[in-house]
Amino acid sequence: MKKDIILKVDNLRTYFNTDDGVVKAVDGVSFELRKGETLGIVGESGSGKSVSNLSVMNLIPSPPGKIMGGTVIFDGRNVFDLTEEELRNIRGGKIGMIFQDPMTSLNPFLKISTQMVETIVLHKKVSKEDARKRAIEMLEMVGIPKAEKRVDDYPHQFSGGMRQRVMIAMALSCDPEILIADEPTSALDVTIQAQILELIQDLSKKLGTAVIMITHDLGVVAGMCDNVNVMYAGKVVEKGTNDEIFADPKHPYTRGLIKSVPRLDKPKQKKLYSIEGQPPNVIDLPECCPFFPRCEHAMDKCKTSYPPAVKLEGSREVSCWLYEEKTSGK
Amino acid sequence: MENKNTLLEVKDLKMHFPIEEGVIIRRKVGYIRAVDGIEFELGEGETLGLVGESGCGKSTTARCVAQLHKPTTGSVLLEGQNLCTSSKVDLLKARMDMQMVFQDPYASLNPRMTAGNIIAEPLQIFKQRGVLNIGSKEIVEKVEMLMEKVGLSRFFRNRYPHEFSGGQRQRIGVARALALDPKIILADEPVSALDVSIQSQILNLLADFQREMNLSYLFIAHDLAVIQHISDRIAVMYLGKIMETSDSEELYKNPLHPYTEALLSAVPIPDPEIERARKRIILTGDVPSPDTERHSCYFYDRCPKKMDKCAEAVPRLEDVGGGHKVACFLHHDSTE
Repeated sequence: MKKDIILKVDNLRTYFNTDDGVVKAVDGVSFELRKGETLGIVGESGSGKSVSNLSVMNLIPSPPGKIMGGTVIFDGRNVFDLTEEELRNIRGGKIGMIFQDPMTSLNPFLKISTQMVETIVLHKKVSKEDARKRAIEMLEMVGIPKAEKRVDDYPHQFSGGMRQRVMIAMALSCDPEILIADEPTSALDVTIQAQILELIQDLSKKLGTAVIMITHDLGVVAGMCDNVNVMYAGKVVEKGTNDEIFADPKHPYTRGLIKSVPRLDKPKQKKLYSIEGQPPNVIDLPECCPFFPRCEHAMDKCKTSYPPAVKLEGSREVSCWLYEEKTSGK
Repeated sequence: MENKNTLLEVKDLKMHFPIEEGVIIRRKVGYIRAVDGIEFELGEGETLGLVGESGCGKSTTARCVAQLHKPTTGSVLLEGQNLCTSSKVDLLKARMDMQMVFQDPYASLNPRMTAGNIIAEPLQIFKQRGVLNIGSKEIVEKVEMLMEKVGLSRFFRNRYPHEFSGGQRQRIGVARALALDPKIILADEPVSALDVSIQSQILNLLADFQREMNLSYLFIAHDLAVIQHISDRIAVMYLGKIMETSDSEELYKNPLHPYTEALLSAVPIPDPEIERARKRIILTGDVPSPDTERHSCYFYDRCPKKMDKCAEAVPRLEDVGGGHKVACFLHHDSTE
């Protein structure tokens, strides 16, 4: 089991220094990614989903951002110990990334072919002609009709869904081991979203790529992922397999989140469940459970210290004082 | 819905935006048919959900109803008064009954005004124009009352929008829309920019006000689950046309139009077991550009069930029983 782990993030902490104080965007995040696995990272805006994954690639702009501690082991080495050149090999090569907005992540001045060939030549060390062939092959694979012609189009000539396909083709063109998809469908319509999600699922199976799926949409997670991390205010509050999390959410936040989504398959409720209160201000967060002001089960303990991650049955982990007693009793 | 009084009636509404070309001499080279002939009604205390993908004309419809765009053709009747032909004064009075809530709580609040002034602005405007007779003190009282009602402390009156979170800003937006005691609220994607936990707060807030003040909502969203939750009736739009409209429960149980079916099957459901068992209808291709006049069914290009006859005529939105209307030749033969 341990052998399959291709990425191991341990106690990662990324802080941003701002005029108002220190923003602990990611505060002690640990997770593992196995070969061929799809890991979902779910949370609301500002929970640190994106920053934790940018940190994995060491892409945090510094200043103001700073990686304060932790390790990211990829390929047997800590990413933070690598030189800039070694990092460049990983970014786009061994770890591909797709972003939310395909228009801003493609260069509008360059043809798709130029952008794709550049990446492939850099990482695969092949000739330009071969790289172009590879680019066309990839575009065909993601379902772009007349790929041979369209490879010379500019990004604006593609629709939103098509652009996201181009991004996927580009991210997968160098056979990465990991694909990080940061809200890949949030800017797209539902019918296009369904197309793109199916594409990512098919390709990752076919190519054996592990996927980290960052999203705020619980429905996307339910349909795509093997394992799920739930994040809140820079911390992973709950981990488990997809089925476990949805069937029996342990953390009050996860439970609230799942209950507050209106669902098509359930009869209409009079009133939606809602988590009262506002998302926390992560600036200078004191040592406490960040969820306690909104939590139904808040205890005195929650106000003074952050609960450690408690291992429960199976692969589950939860950070909540409600579960602390069970383990200490054992 | 026959027992409810019809407040708003939209008939044959079309909104075509000209496409212009040329540097000095601008000439029209075509039209974007954003809304291409739709009709619907909105009853008192009712919520009509307008759902569809981006570019299908949902927002344009709302803007035409509020007369922020002058529709190309068609009529918008508010309690029998045709807003498209009304004089400026009449339109101003009509707008008192019809307020909007916008999608982006960051862009729709003036960053240089305090929360109190933002909520008071509609009252001030109608006071200045002499439509509303209200004293300054009453305005302050009303603003404070509204703020408490939407769940904001009245001590936040002097704060600026940037001091509020996204959910709180949307509450300010709702309070502003309620300031004039309108009968209809046009809510254009009011929860799309919000996080799940905040989204449910705002949806509950809107539902509470509806019950309390007998408001009618024209509720626009692209999220089908949200629409189902809030709406009594739903209209599904595609390419500037209404494809299907019916009671919310009926639509979800028994979708008739292939587009509605595909749309419903594409919505991810937060339950892995259900997700695995589901069969998706994946539509191929993208939404076509609305710049051409169509003589076939608007959904023809992407329809998985298309027939020969669909290429030849446009199906009418026809009642197939129990107020369930659908524009598809699979269910009737009438053309436009």
